[in-house]
Amino acid sequence: MNALLAYVAQPAARNQRLSIVVILVAAAITMALGRGMLPDSLIRPPEWMILPLADWINAFFDFLRDDMGMLAVTRSIAGGVETLLDVTANLLYGKNRWPWLGPIPWSVVAITAAVIGYGLGGTKLAVLAGATFLWVALMGQWQWAMETLSVIVVAAPVSVLLGLLVGISAWRSRRLAAVLNPILNIAQSLPHFAYMIPVVVFIGVGPKAGAIVTIIFSVPPMIRMTLLGLQKVPDEVIESGKMCGATGWQLLLRTRLPTARTDILIGVNQVIMQCLAMVVLASFIGMPGLGQKLLQLLQALRIGQSIEIGLTIVLLAITLDRFTRAWALRQPVHVPRGMPWHERYRLSLVWLVLVILAGGLSQVFPLLAEIGRGQGFSVGAAIDVVMDRVIVAIYPVTDWLRWFLIVWVFIPIRDAFLWMPFAAVLSLLAAVGYAVGGRRSAVICVAFFGYIAISGWWDRTMITVYTVVVSVVIAALLAFPTAIWATGSDARSRRVLLICDSMQTFPSFIYLIPMIMLFGVNDVAVVGAVVLFAAIPLVRYTIEGLRGVPLGLVEAAGMSGATRRQIRRHVLWPIALPTIMVGVNQAVMFSLFMVIIAAFIGTQDLGQEMQRALSSADVGKGLVLGLAVATIGLMVDHLIMKWASTVRPPS
Amino acid sequence: MIAQQPVISCQNVWKLFGPAPADYMSGMQDTPDPETMQAAGYVAAVRDVTLDVFPGEILVVMGLSGSGKSTLLRCMSRLLDISSGTIKVDGQDIGALSERALIELRRNKMGMVFQNFGLLPHRTVLGNVSFPLEMRGQDRHDRRDRALEVIELVGLAGREDHFPHELSGGQQQRVGIARSLAIEPDIWFLDEPFSSLDPLIRSEMQEEFLRLQAGLGKTIVFITHDFDEALRLADRIAIMKDGIVVQCDTPEKVVLEPATPYVAKFTENIDKARVVRAGAMMVQGIAGIAANGDAVLADSTLHELARTLVDDDRDILPVEGADGKIIGMLDRQDALDLVVGTRT
Repeated sequence: MNALLAYVAQPAARNQRLSIVVILVAAAITMALGRGMLPDSLIRPPEWMILPLADWINAFFDFLRDDMGMLAVTRSIAGGVETLLDVTANLLYGKNRWPWLGPIPWSVVAITAAVIGYGLGGTKLAVLAGATFLWVALMGQWQWAMETLSVIVVAAPVSVLLGLLVGISAWRSRRLAAVLNPILNIAQSLPHFAYMIPVVVFIGVGPKAGAIVTIIFSVPPMIRMTLLGLQKVPDEVIESGKMCGATGWQLLLRTRLPTARTDILIGVNQVIMQCLAMVVLASFIGMPGLGQKLLQLLQALRIGQSIEIGLTIVLLAITLDRFTRAWALRQPVHVPRGMPWHERYRLSLVWLVLVILAGGLSQVFPLLAEIGRGQGFSVGAAIDVVMDRVIVAIYPVTDWLRWFLIVWVFIPIRDAFLWMPFAAVLSLLAAVGYAVGGRRSAVICVAFFGYIAISGWWDRTMITVYTVVVSVVIAALLAFPTAIWATGSDARSRRVLLICDSMQTFPSFIYLIPMIMLFGVNDVAVVGAVVLFAAIPLVRYTIEGLRGVPLGLVEAAGMSGATRRQIRRHVLWPIALPTIMVGVNQAVMFSLFMVIIAAFIGTQDLGQEMQRALSSADVGKGLVLGLAVATIGLMVDHLIMKWASTVRPPS
Repeated sequence: MIAQQPVISCQNVWKLFGPAPADYMSGMQDTPDPETMQAAGYVAAVRDVTLDVFPGEILVVMGLSGSGKSTLLRCMSRLLDISSGTIKVDGQDIGALSERALIELRRNKMGMVFQNFGLLPHRTVLGNVSFPLEMRGQDRHDRRDRALEVIELVGLAGREDHFPHELSGGQQQRVGIARSLAIEPDIWFLDEPFSSLDPLIRSEMQEEFLRLQAGLGKTIVFITHDFDEALRLADRIAIMKDGIVVQCDTPEKVVLEPATPYVAKFTENIDKARVVRAGAMMVQGIAGIAANGDAVLADSTLHELARTLVDDDRDILPVEGADGKIIGMLDRQDALDLVVGTRT
């Protein structure tokens, strides 16, 4: 704030800053226009600048694996995880392992889910959960869904536990928290594939590798939420605990953790959603289940069945999200005195009776225990026929759109990005950094993109950047009008927010299905999926920003004689802008992840290289690429947060 | 009250916030002024406070926000460590207590009530009230019996199984009060206990508090920013400003003889007749004048005596104590002046 005041108060300093920005921009423009006269070393990073980072990382990992005996360690951890996986696999889909009890009939699982749903959120959740599992069973997808769930059931608790332990330690030690924070930042901006490659090297492929990559991927949010929750416990609660004579441990276990319950459970919610997203993608490293099926079907362009599986994943995502959210927000309710035990435990009794009934009936009617793939009611083939018609019918439109976008938008923009001399890009970024946050931000921007220059992946990165930029711009063009329309009435904005909430829980993979259906396998489908995925946070934060403007301000402006339009221009947008920018930030993050994932349908950016690194188990290359993606995300994050902190009045 | 050993005794207590307050304070020869401190990166929340709290008295610490009153209370309960000076509880320097001994002291001697209640959201009323008993390892049945007893005492019987979020603010603070009384503490700290309640509930709770104290006779330090509340509840009031106790006296003394212009600003709009009691205005005896006739009660406020003061024609009224003995005399004209204002 002081800096800002000084900045405003001293026109000299302000002018100096402005002139530096102007000089940097002018330099960038000159270099871009005068490309022909530039030496090669300013157009692309010269050979001597590019460091063999991948080789170094590989050497380090080889050292860990072979000389330090890490392989034995990781293999034994994997062994432990595998034992757990065998148990859930046996129970859920009858894998031939201890405890040789499964598979549990699908009807029993569906009833259990419905009863839990009822307990957490009443009839609505009961119907949602029951219907989800009924759908899965009827569609003949039970086996795949259970393969997927059996991993989540193991991975989520393990990562919750890990996250809690690390989170508590970080809360106890300020130094650990300080070390952890940047690591978590990077970890949360690394794309999914970057996690997979080391796991392939150390663990191999298959369900246990899938489980382990899922655990690693989903721990960071749990650590964050645990730390946040513990820090948020009101001082008075702690003081009251102390005045009650609680010792350190008593304070932690009986005061802090229970009071932080809601935040910790929100962490659990995030863990489970991350698990689902990852476990679907882990099909790339041989994880069986819904993800693998979806991948195969998409690659075979069997749209009908893809839609069915996509729907299953979506239903599971919504159910898991609603369950954990209801659990997190649940307030304890007292039991009236003198309630007889059968009323007190009525729900458990109902569950027991229904389960015994279903279990017994499934002995008599095998269809209640298992609906085989052939017996399902899948209408995939029929959908294919209908979809074919639809696609043929709208073909002229989609085909024109595809042609137009590729020829007139994508290719020119991509070429422009590739044409830019790298020195010009760095100069431009320095200017942006300088304008937003002074010298420090400028240095950060240049350092982040400097890394990309020396990593040797400049061109690929530029293609990724171009895809993200184009997608976010298109997403914004769609999202802002939608959000403005939604804020027209309370009911409308609530409904749109609910849709955004639900869509945000879908694993990113899902967004590719309709796009591939419409446009086939090409750049347009990729951008389409990214646009869709990025538009959600934009709509959401724009609505929240606009509706978060205090009513008093709007009324005050109205009483000052401002028209509706003036209110929008001078009050609503300026005050909502920081919140909207948070949405932009998330949109960029989401697009980066999505662009990388979309690589398997054919792109030429970092994602494609990453998939190559994955298939050749090249840890070094994978991490170098992953960090390149992370640096883009972190740079945007830094710029937007810095900007928002200077605009937003300190609270 | 006089000649008794104080329960809590503060001697030249300083509380500084900053990088290394204790070292900074011990390095200073004489008391530094706020500006020098601030330049060195320190803020003094409590400045050179010397104060005694006697058994069974209600000491109200009154001050506006930022005056250091809550900090002082937290020093007395050692939720905060002081930077210099000593605080003794029952003659024992609490700054020298080990962690263990401090916990024992809190488990057996101290109870505290918080402004925003500080209840544990996941525990029922019963669970919250028995929490301190649980901490000291009392057995389950004892715990339950004792907790129910205090819950009854604060008038929440029948709500034992409710959770805090199911109660109103006033009820939640009753839970806070019950919890602080569960271990039968000798010393009762209350940190703005009624400030976050609605005015009507607040005065009801003040009433309740006085009723409880009449039966319990605890030694109380009560923090408030509300001068009316202080007058209503206090045996003595300590008024704080910028970390300094500017006056510590009975409510009557504060009203009649404010020590500084700052204190006078608080008393300006106070109806003094409602605060000052006959006992505070009386003199022991005036030579040559014998008081006779009906006596007034030492404990009644002048406001309550207003009619007598107007109707009676004696110049001097005898004042009797609670036991019916004459203990002094009241100058009727002086008293009347205080009720209706001096004749101009």
